[in-house]
Amino acid sequence: MKRVHLTLALAALLTTTPVLAEDGTLTVWADATRQPAVEAFIAAHPEIKVNLVVDDGSSGASGTFQTKISLADQAGEGWPDVVFSTQNNDAAWASKETNGVQPFAQVLNEGFLDAEFLKGFTPGALDPVTVDGKVYGLRNDLAPVLFWYNKTLLAEFGYDAPTTWEDYQALGDKLAAEHPGYFLGAIGDSFEGPYVYYWSGEAPIFQVEGETFKSDTAHPNSKKVSDLIDHMVANKTLTLDSLFGASFVANASKLVAIPGAAWYAGALFQNPGNVNAKAGDWVAAPPLTWKDGAKVTGNVGGGVWYASSHTANPEGVKTFLKFIVSDTKIAGTGGLPAYQSAADAWLDGQAKSGFFAGDFKGAISTAAASVWSGWGYPNFSPETAWAKVITPGLAAGKTMTELSADWQQEMKNEAQVVGYTVE
Amino acid sequence: MPPTPPPASRSHRRGSVERAQGRIGLAFVTPYALFLLAFGLLPTLYAIYLAFTKKGAFVGFANFLKVFKDYRFLPAVEHVGIFLVVWLVALVLLVVVLAIMVHSIGMRWLSGTMRFVYYIPGALAGASSVMLWLFVLDPTVSPVAFLLEAMGFDSLVSVVQADRLPFVLAIIAFWTGAGGWIVVMYGALNNIPREVLEAARVDGAGPIRTAWSIQIPLMRKWIAYMVVLSFAGGTQLFVEPRVLAQASRGVVSQDYSLNQLAFLYAFKQSDFNGSAAISLVLLAVALVLSIVFVFKGGLFERA
Repeated sequence: MKRVHLTLALAALLTTTPVLAEDGTLTVWADATRQPAVEAFIAAHPEIKVNLVVDDGSSGASGTFQTKISLADQAGEGWPDVVFSTQNNDAAWASKETNGVQPFAQVLNEGFLDAEFLKGFTPGALDPVTVDGKVYGLRNDLAPVLFWYNKTLLAEFGYDAPTTWEDYQALGDKLAAEHPGYFLGAIGDSFEGPYVYYWSGEAPIFQVEGETFKSDTAHPNSKKVSDLIDHMVANKTLTLDSLFGASFVANASKLVAIPGAAWYAGALFQNPGNVNAKAGDWVAAPPLTWKDGAKVTGNVGGGVWYASSHTANPEGVKTFLKFIVSDTKIAGTGGLPAYQSAADAWLDGQAKSGFFAGDFKGAISTAAASVWSGWGYPNFSPETAWAKVITPGLAAGKTMTELSADWQQEMKNEAQVVGYTVE
Repeated sequence: MPPTPPPASRSHRRGSVERAQGRIGLAFVTPYALFLLAFGLLPTLYAIYLAFTKKGAFVGFANFLKVFKDYRFLPAVEHVGIFLVVWLVALVLLVVVLAIMVHSIGMRWLSGTMRFVYYIPGALAGASSVMLWLFVLDPTVSPVAFLLEAMGFDSLVSVVQADRLPFVLAIIAFWTGAGGWIVVMYGALNNIPREVLEAARVDGAGPIRTAWSIQIPLMRKWIAYMVVLSFAGGTQLFVEPRVLAQASRGVVSQDYSLNQLAFLYAFKQSDFNGSAAISLVLLAVALVLSIVFVFKGGLFERA
């Protein structure tokens, strides 16, 4: 057991990095993207000592947050004070007792944070982290899916910007025929498929009712999305590259449009290491919709800050949480802040800078208000099954139509393992 | 004729030497035995306790049944099994052949340099060697991208496809582990008396005949030793697929190997009992096969 012991020992070392309750140091786990925001807090509040432990933010449903907390639960010590997670389904386990240890997540309403402050969140922002009326986390940003396009390229090619998924697919046909090499999006990560395409299409892929998990990849809504993906992968207007991989970045100048989350603003277009767009080229447009469907869209994460129920410095935690989600300079960490006043400031700032052409504020507000509510937040993610079944399957030349039954089965298996009844 | 000392005194002296050696042996073994007790035996006993109980109550084989019925269990067994076959066969064949070749090199400096070069990768810890291989295997950044592309791989995802993964993992494990074994085998070859090899040569045996009929049979114990240790290490495959899972954004699944499944049971499902059951299965399999190799390889026979 040498290897696993070594790994566990290392993991234990990581989790037990000094939680110095005596001097009130706050131990914060967050990913590298959140690091500047935490550093801004340290600069603004020198009276509170912060020990930042940078991890992967559980991205891609890696489970870092839960595994490290389980380890601390088992050890009876080593809990952090604040944790950031890119996933928004962690409340499903963090709100529950495990093996007799109290739930990790602190209940944030009911007195911990004042009701007045919590009212400042955009309506609905805290829904994914609310279980039975108790709020277990604070959303960092809202991540509704909208439609981003490069108006300079579209004008050059003489195409109109699509407003429906049908037009989007037709635009792909034209591009493939007349300007091969140019493309309209990516599904190389595990999040685009489920959250951008299926969620927007009202596909009942990932639903929870009480303790029952449901997934239906054969539903007409699911099928039309699968057909769209297959069609556009076949004509190469959807790439199988990851948005954060070297080959996507190398080809980024040929990206004509992409449906994606609000945080694409900072992570892709305004990121010198990614698309690095020229100011004024890109438009944030309202989300694409299906002609026969409701005017709804998907949602890609929008991270969450959790407070530990074990903390020895609740006052410090409160100060930290309030700052990190509502400070107008850093809230949202490059995306749309979930806190209304910070969101307004961010939207006004973006509009004033003129970086994005078109009605940026209007598009984002429309998207934020129309996220389809039929998607579930169980104690696991559709991303692991996607990565295991779909990513390698598509790379091997198979289609969504061929793979979706296996994907559905894998999600149902995962649901069963973590205790859901499967239908 | 010189006077012979009385037998009593000789046996007395031998006895005291043996006693002194015994004391030193004990001193050497004690720390190891203590560590074995603390980090080997006690955790094993704890795992046995956990595997047969649930919330402190005895449940027989319920935890084992639950694990066996888990949809991830059989694929994990299959993954680890294929990896072990590929890796152990390659390890035994290549290590023996390379060791004999290096041993037959007459020039001291060349033979020494070769052994040193083989050994270098072994100095890297498991996780860091995987990091290194991530760069080698990703066609977008690999220094040998042309090779990967010639084989038809255009992305990391296609390189680590499930059916190729056992080979990829075997290559990584061989690269990290084989050097150390080549050095050990070299030592084993040095133990073969010169006269025996000379006699073989006089009888007209060429290098291949010598290797097959003299060197390999005399290395049997060492080969068995290598197989036992490598098998035990290989069944515990964890770090390599875990790092690959992270790096390939989940294409290498988090439940690829049995040890990873045990990890998920403990830290994702908070089911330490199921986790212990998987560990015990691994222990039992490794124990049985080790016993076979120990006796087949004559590991405990005195030379």
